[in-house]
Amino acid sequence: MTYRLSHLDVLESEAIFIMREVVAEFEKPALLFSGGKDSAVLLRLAVKACWPQRVPFQIVHVDTGHNFPEVLDYRDHQVESLGVHLVVGSVQEDIDRGAIVEHPAPGATRNRLQTFTLLRVIEEGGYDAVLGGGRRDEEKARAKERVFSLRDEFGQWDPRAQRPELWHLYNTRHQSGEHFRVFPLSNWTELDIWQYIERESVPLPEIYFAHEREVFRRGGLLLAVGPYSKPRADHGESAFSATVRYRTVGDMTCTAAVESKATTTGEVIIETAMSRVSERGATRADDRFSEAAMEDRKREGYF
Amino acid sequence: MELLRFATAGSVDDGKSTLIGRLLYDSKQVFEDQLEAIERSSLARGDEFTNLALLTDGLRAEREQGITIDVAYRYFATPRRKFIIADTPGHTQHTRNMVTGCSTADLVVLLVDARVGPTEQTRRHATVASLLGIRHLVLCINKMDLVEFERTRFEAVRREFEDFAARLEVTDVTCIPMSALEGDNVVDRSSEMKWYDGPSLLHHLEQVHIGSDRNLIDLRFPVQRVVRPIASSELRDYRGYAGEVASGVLEVGDEVMVLPSGFSTTVEAIETADGPRKEAYPPASVVVRLADELDISRGDMLCRPRNRPTSGQDLSAMVCWMADRPLRKGAKLALKHTTRWARALVKDVTYRLDVNTLHRDRSADGLELNDIGRLDLRTTVPLFYDEYRVNRATGSFILVDEATNATVAAGMLLRAND
Ligand SMILES: Nc1nc2c(ncn2[C@@H]2O[C@H](COP(=O)(O)OP(=O)(O)O)[C@@H](O)[C@H]2O)c(=O)[nH]1
Repeated sequence: MTYRLSHLDVLESEAIFIMREVVAEFEKPALLFSGGKDSAVLLRLAVKACWPQRVPFQIVHVDTGHNFPEVLDYRDHQVESLGVHLVVGSVQEDIDRGAIVEHPAPGATRNRLQTFTLLRVIEEGGYDAVLGGGRRDEEKARAKERVFSLRDEFGQWDPRAQRPELWHLYNTRHQSGEHFRVFPLSNWTELDIWQYIERESVPLPEIYFAHEREVFRRGGLLLAVGPYSKPRADHGESAFSATVRYRTVGDMTCTAAVESKATTTGEVIIETAMSRVSERGATRADDRFSEAAMEDRKREGYF
Repeated sequence: MELLRFATAGSVDDGKSTLIGRLLYDSKQVFEDQLEAIERSSLARGDEFTNLALLTDGLRAEREQGITIDVAYRYFATPRRKFIIADTPGHTQHTRNMVTGCSTADLVVLLVDARVGPTEQTRRHATVASLLGIRHLVLCINKMDLVEFERTRFEAVRREFEDFAARLEVTDVTCIPMSALEGDNVVDRSSEMKWYDGPSLLHHLEQVHIGSDRNLIDLRFPVQRVVRPIASSELRDYRGYAGEVASGVLEVGDEVMVLPSGFSTTVEAIETADGPRKEAYPPASVVVRLADELDISRGDMLCRPRNRPTSGQDLSAMVCWMADRPLRKGAKLALKHTTRWARALVKDVTYRLDVNTLHRDRSADGLELNDIGRLDLRTTVPLFYDEYRVNRATGSFILVDEATNATVAAGMLLRAND
């Protein structure tokens, strides 16, 4: 008997430990659920961490209004089958009531606008800990994020004033008005996520698997043709049909598809292991603008 | 697949970023778009080659100042193991980063420049690694290309380091001659140093035996949460204790003692959402049910009646002080140990450790930022603990400033009368 856990078991146990610390030490936690694969894994882990109780905290979705319909269906189905309470923060409503102003260009991304809605929902909900699916392997600024990451009264992240995080001894103390973002998947990679999805048969929105879709090419990325994103003929863009899947899901205007034939989790794992382009590089138009794009958004209070 | 966590450290310019960049690149963890981005940055900086060190540049302030400020975590895998790197910055003032990185590491990789040999910094890092209970140390003697790949130079540096390391508690020291820039002995064995018959760094990381580093003898199960799903009618009588097995092996049917109450009972079931299990060992997160209904809360601990942790309010510990404001005798701080919070009074600063010479300065009456020293503490409630050397999970604690809530110290408990 070697008494050894596999790397997925170690990662799972660590995430469960983190979530139980959150339930034990915070008054009103919430879990951010985008309908994407990371939040699907996060929710599965929350169910395991709380078992045999129901997940006692609220599930928050920030809806940009530009979501894939498949993802919204999936979200509603998950929420219903687990019997959890869903709170939706609508970016569209914040635009309609003039709280935030949308960039005038047609099909402009609402990625940055989400921060306002997210912070509003956190404040209105009185959440003192918000669980998110962020992973350190996603991006350079994230590599330095703590598992328990303190946000000030304005929801801002100060990378230079982070608390040292030692052993598994998480310091959850905070002043009123401050909150924590907690990232139980910090140490997971994209491949770990897929391996876990396969092992646990975690259901995902269909768009994660290869399907036919009308797309067009912009800046080297494949974007879906939809109500919020259309090819611009004057820029030489044109629609065509392709077999694609998504590596992340988000705002339809800035989440790109990759060409793929993978129709099962196992095939996605093989493609992921062979991939030569990073998840963000392949799929997120928003992070290509500058090297510090993610850091800047995070400082403002982004996910 | 097994997980290995290691920390990397070295002085500025010893080649740590280059080494990590190369490990990631050669193990095919670098994606094309990331490579293109650093190719562009390399060009813009006027580098003559693609600077792999740029792969690990994180925050804007770090890029602007050309230094690393904070611990960064990086990931790669080979068919044998998955690796988590805690990449700790090299400046003297960042000892706290080294402590942070080591606290979750199985192994430490230290870099030295072959032309310079071990520096004060190297000794400091090795000392911190040893204090933090690291069993495996790898010294990468880098930039061998700049000393004509000469064996005598390697042997001289190695001897000097081993002489120092002999005074530490690290048992396994491996020295590897290397050129991170040219890739010699990083992933593949170097063709320039035929005289070296040891493994490449990656090969060593894949093979090093860490299984027996864990404590599988002393059962310790700190209760993280009491699970009582009273709202649900079919589970009305359910009462379980959720937690992570800190050490030892827990089996159904075992007789266990609950601290602080001292009552004994037997383990009725070990459960998870995936079903019951016969046993659990570190670091599994499980729910334990006991045969008797006892008064147990978060922060209590399960152990074996004949193998109990020390229980006490008067503690001795080595601590690394991490705050700008110095620590003085008489300070009152919050303390977190396993799943238990307490308050602690600093009764005495016994000595400050000079991490370069290992000299104990007994005249010290406080600790400054990045100092390491020994304290006597008194806590408001008893802690159930083991010596850090034999149990990292029950031998470690953090201190928190009650006014600012900042984490101000990392602590490693010593045996009561050491
Ligand atoms: N000749 C030589 N130069 C190296 C080697 N490793 C790193 N360097 C150079 O040393 C300098 C500092 O390296 P870097 O990786 O940035 O060091 P860090 O400060 O420890 O991260 C850079 O100019 C590297 O190109 C090596 O093995 N041989």
